[in-house]
Amino acid sequence: MKIGVLAYQGSFEEHALQTKRALDKLKIDGEVIAVKRVSDLDVDGIIIPGGESTTIGIVAQRMGLLEPLKEKIMEGLPVLGTCAGAIMLAKDVSDAKVGKKSQPLIGVMDISVIRNYYGRQRESFEANVDLRSIGGGIEKVVFIRAPAIVKVFGNAKSLSQFKDVHVMVQENNLLATTFHPELSGTTIVHEYFISMIKK
Amino acid sequence: MRLYELSFNEIEEFFYKLAEVRDIIKDSGLMSFLPEKELPEIANGTARVKHAFPIFQKGGVIMDVTNVEQAGIAEDAGATSVMVLDKLPYDVRKSGGVARMADPKIIEEVMNSITIPVMAKVRIGHYYEAKLLEALGVDTIDESEVLTPADEEHHINKWEFKVPFVNGARNLGEALRRISEGASMIRTKGEAGTGNVSEAVKHMKIINAEIGALVGMSEEDRVKKAREYQVPYQLVELTAKIKRLPVVNFAAGGIATPADAALMMWLGGDGVFVGSGIFKSQDPAERAKAIVLAVAGWEYPEVVLEAQKMISEQKSMMGIDIKSLKPEELLQVRGQ
Repeated sequence: MKIGVLAYQGSFEEHALQTKRALDKLKIDGEVIAVKRVSDLDVDGIIIPGGESTTIGIVAQRMGLLEPLKEKIMEGLPVLGTCAGAIMLAKDVSDAKVGKKSQPLIGVMDISVIRNYYGRQRESFEANVDLRSIGGGIEKVVFIRAPAIVKVFGNAKSLSQFKDVHVMVQENNLLATTFHPELSGTTIVHEYFISMIKK
Repeated sequence: MRLYELSFNEIEEFFYKLAEVRDIIKDSGLMSFLPEKELPEIANGTARVKHAFPIFQKGGVIMDVTNVEQAGIAEDAGATSVMVLDKLPYDVRKSGGVARMADPKIIEEVMNSITIPVMAKVRIGHYYEAKLLEALGVDTIDESEVLTPADEEHHINKWEFKVPFVNGARNLGEALRRISEGASMIRTKGEAGTGNVSEAVKHMKIINAEIGALVGMSEEDRVKKAREYQVPYQLVELTAKIKRLPVVNFAAGGIATPADAALMMWLGGDGVFVGSGIFKSQDPAERAKAIVLAVAGWEYPEVVLEAQKMISEQKSMMGIDIKSLKPEELLQVRGQ
């Protein structure tokens, strides 16, 4: 099994480490590679990390990767998008303060996302979220300038909620979280993503 | 990809131990991994939250700006953050006088106009400028030698703040002292406002070499190093264990071209700060885009070449030879 991490910007190293740990835990022989160029796209699953969604989108477009990646995802390539990654996947994106802004996105998932939903870094927080729907427990995670999934429609299904919004949503081969499983003590989200690749 | 050998969580456990304000944090219920306290439903400003933020800047370019227009150009180019200043370092150097924090009205205007994080600088040791920026809600505070130091002896105790701090360093001792004071992010100092990358290169290489030396040392010698650096032994131990600084480290000071930026990534930077290099050039919008591309694709010379072709050397900032500066004109020596 070959899992790629989109590695231009953000928490790509943390995702790679967490994925390796999850593979070890599941005793699956797999490798984790950095994806930067179109030739790196030969993977069984891909992770879009947290970071700045505008930067990731602009660079992916500039490197000619955005369209081929979108095609692969539409053909069924499993994707885990966290925070900025969830924004990249969403069909509908706006910003809590600045409103709609054009930015290059993948835009395939039936969710509405509001960027910087909770506010600025001062309002970033850690909290317990319920990951029992994917076989985890109540786990402590961080939300950093996090977006919120405020609407789930079409084929998308909410897997976890925090307060009045969704924090983990799945739609077939797409998995989005607004928190950071790569910075938490549990590998359950990565294990669940690996199980999506195995199917 | 360069991987930490420990997970973020394991590194964080260490930072909680390091915090001198441990008891204050514990009493306010924020030290949530301790069994005796329940995690409040939403805990802001914890060590974990502060040290996580810079991770999302990695592989990115943080650009100095002085107004809303420049901030818009930086955002459109793909900057991961902007740093709001009153004057660009090049102009600080030219104008002389006391350089202070930027006008909060301008910082606020910038915060309201873009979606990416906004950072701002305070003078070294100036608790109150930092309190103001925290009240204003900036995403990160840079306690910076580019401004005139307010305290010649001490830096701010950054554990007291809920907003993350970035600090400059020229060597491992400076970096670890700032981390033990609570900095969530380090940047090499370089020599700001010169358009000359040589000092940034020097500082990155010194830090790398000093970490390499730690890795090979006996425990006894590391204890001695910790005393020399004036930092807790555990911090030296952690650095040796993960073979890099335990927080995100960006390169800064004199970066003016895509090739400069890629060089700093190649030397081990997690990202770069670009100060005067963009808005003191004659092609800021194109140059900003080109530097973003060069940092994101630094492993590939053909990508950096494409980025370098996006700009014109004739439009680069003039630059200042470090050797022509008098010792008292150097900004990097402020705050050790």
